[in-house]
Amino acid sequence: MKAIVCVKQVPDTSGVVAVKEDGTMDRAAMATITNHDDLAAVEAALRIKDATGCKVVVVSMGPPPAEGMLRELLAMGCDEAVLVSAREFGGSDTYATSQILAAAIKKIGVDDDDIVFCGRQAIDGDTAQVGPQIAEKLGMPQVSYVAEINVDGKAVTVKRLLEDGYMTIKVQTPCLLTCVKELNDARYMSVGGIMECYQKPLEVYNYETLKDDPLIDVTTIGLKGSPTNVYKSFSPPVKGAGMMMEGADKATVDKLVSILNDKHII
Amino acid sequence: MDLHLSKEQEMLRKMYRDFAENEVKPLAEWVDENEAFPEETVKKMAKLGMMGIYFPKEYGGAGADVLSYVMAVEEMSKVCGTTGVIISAHTSLCCAPIYENGTEEQKMKYLPKLCSGEWIGAFGLTEPGAGTDAQGQQTTAVKDENGNWVLNGSKIFITNAGYANVFVIFAITGITTDKRGRKKKEISAFIVERTDPGFSVGKHEKKMGIKGSSTCELIMEDCTIPADRLLGKQGKGFGIAMKTLDGGRIGIASQALGLAEGAIEETIKYTKERVQFGKRISQFQNTQFQLADMHAKTEAAKWLVYSAAMKKQNHEPYTMDAAMAKLVAAETASDVTRRCVQLFGGYGYTREYPVERMMRDAKITEIYEGTSEVQRMVISANLGVN
Repeated sequence: MKAIVCVKQVPDTSGVVAVKEDGTMDRAAMATITNHDDLAAVEAALRIKDATGCKVVVVSMGPPPAEGMLRELLAMGCDEAVLVSAREFGGSDTYATSQILAAAIKKIGVDDDDIVFCGRQAIDGDTAQVGPQIAEKLGMPQVSYVAEINVDGKAVTVKRLLEDGYMTIKVQTPCLLTCVKELNDARYMSVGGIMECYQKPLEVYNYETLKDDPLIDVTTIGLKGSPTNVYKSFSPPVKGAGMMMEGADKATVDKLVSILNDKHII
Repeated sequence: MDLHLSKEQEMLRKMYRDFAENEVKPLAEWVDENEAFPEETVKKMAKLGMMGIYFPKEYGGAGADVLSYVMAVEEMSKVCGTTGVIISAHTSLCCAPIYENGTEEQKMKYLPKLCSGEWIGAFGLTEPGAGTDAQGQQTTAVKDENGNWVLNGSKIFITNAGYANVFVIFAITGITTDKRGRKKKEISAFIVERTDPGFSVGKHEKKMGIKGSSTCELIMEDCTIPADRLLGKQGKGFGIAMKTLDGGRIGIASQALGLAEGAIEETIKYTKERVQFGKRISQFQNTQFQLADMHAKTEAAKWLVYSAAMKKQNHEPYTMDAAMAKLVAAETASDVTRRCVQLFGGYGYTREYPVERMMRDAKITEIYEGTSEVQRMVISANLGVN
């Protein structure tokens, strides 16, 4: 058994969001982090490794500096990394990205008892589409919004986090799970892990490696081939300071109702 | 000297920072207020390999280098001086002398458990009558008829004592005559376990700073240990103690460095928020110049600390480097933290902000593991000034 985890390096949106003149995000000007939901997916895979000794392979599509993130994940305990990186892949939307990642995962090899993990969504695009599209392309069952995982051989029982409750689903491997950050707290890199991470295998899949895979239609990948294009990125205007009202008495509630009425909210 | 960090060291720094920010900083005030040894934090650090950073993997260490250890003490001390010294005393004063002087059997018996954090280590040299004058030892060790060593005496101000399982202890094993015919105490080093018969941990000291660090007295009353607990050769204890303290000083210098850096970080943040006379106090030239001075001094100290660490790593002589690093870093930490309290004004004097704790924590770095005066003695002796 092995776990394959898809991860994305994203701009750290807790700092300043830089936007280029053409309206696209200026990634070079922003600090990068590993996407939060993806870290939860990595941790979920590592916990299965702790319990079963299975292998964990992390795969990321991104520019060459994304290797730094992959090394950090190897330092957390992942065994192997694959960086999918080529100029031809740059600017891909979710439709294009999922083709490329599906082909990469196929090349890594999916066995009967394997699980593919993804984060629910990335904090830059917020689409939550790549994971499910990969599953479709690989023809495997998928469960999204995973907040709890129990693996018993080839049967995986997962709890989905929905807006109004949980849904428990049992699924057979090979399957794809998209994880929410509430699933767990990711572990730290360890000192020993850091000392070993540059000795662990990291393979680069470029355009040549993947272009002939039938899962990829080369006319629909990259910035030019992607069906969707980002028209404009901008920082939303800062909201004004909120108003705090304290008290559980009728007078306070009446005041609140009257304010909401004045604003035509109720 | 090349001070570019390797990729691994950069990554370690990032991990230490994340850990310090998320796991150590939130507890620092509680640790200080309650004089509480942060046991859970130590367990978490141990799990990440931080209790044996620069020892080889075959002894259970993480296989990193001395500078990587220095950065761990530095980053923890930025947010909590107590946590910094726990790692420092454990690593430099217990793991290191066993690693450097122990037999293969001793190393295999103690280092894996110490490096994994299952056991915590401490070092016992200081006695009520023997501080800077380490030759003034009174603790004795004599061989009994079964070949065991029997230790009698007491040690004071022992860092980590209340929680340590293994102690490197120094005792007089005889009287020798030096080259000039003067009588001299023969000192030897021993590995003592907490559970050894006749060994006990005494009074817990109430301190001005690093309050969560467990500082206690050790009492040995006919404490009997097997012959194979002698660490290094008989009579070589004083040299082992001095060499151990050379390494220890790099650890304490790192703690001092971290405290200075942590206080500066807090002060920069505060001065950008605090408004007086209609301006942020960071806009006043006094604040700007004070912080510029403090940062420059701290960076200078950092170079000395890192340079000493790299010399130790490269097996170059580093006694004077460690003494200079500790002298400068400790005095910088005391000066910087005091000035940071001043920039905070009245709030700096309250326990609402961490700088007063940092000022109390910083003072000890000028005292333990060799006072600043001892460092000056070491440096001047190395310069041949006598």
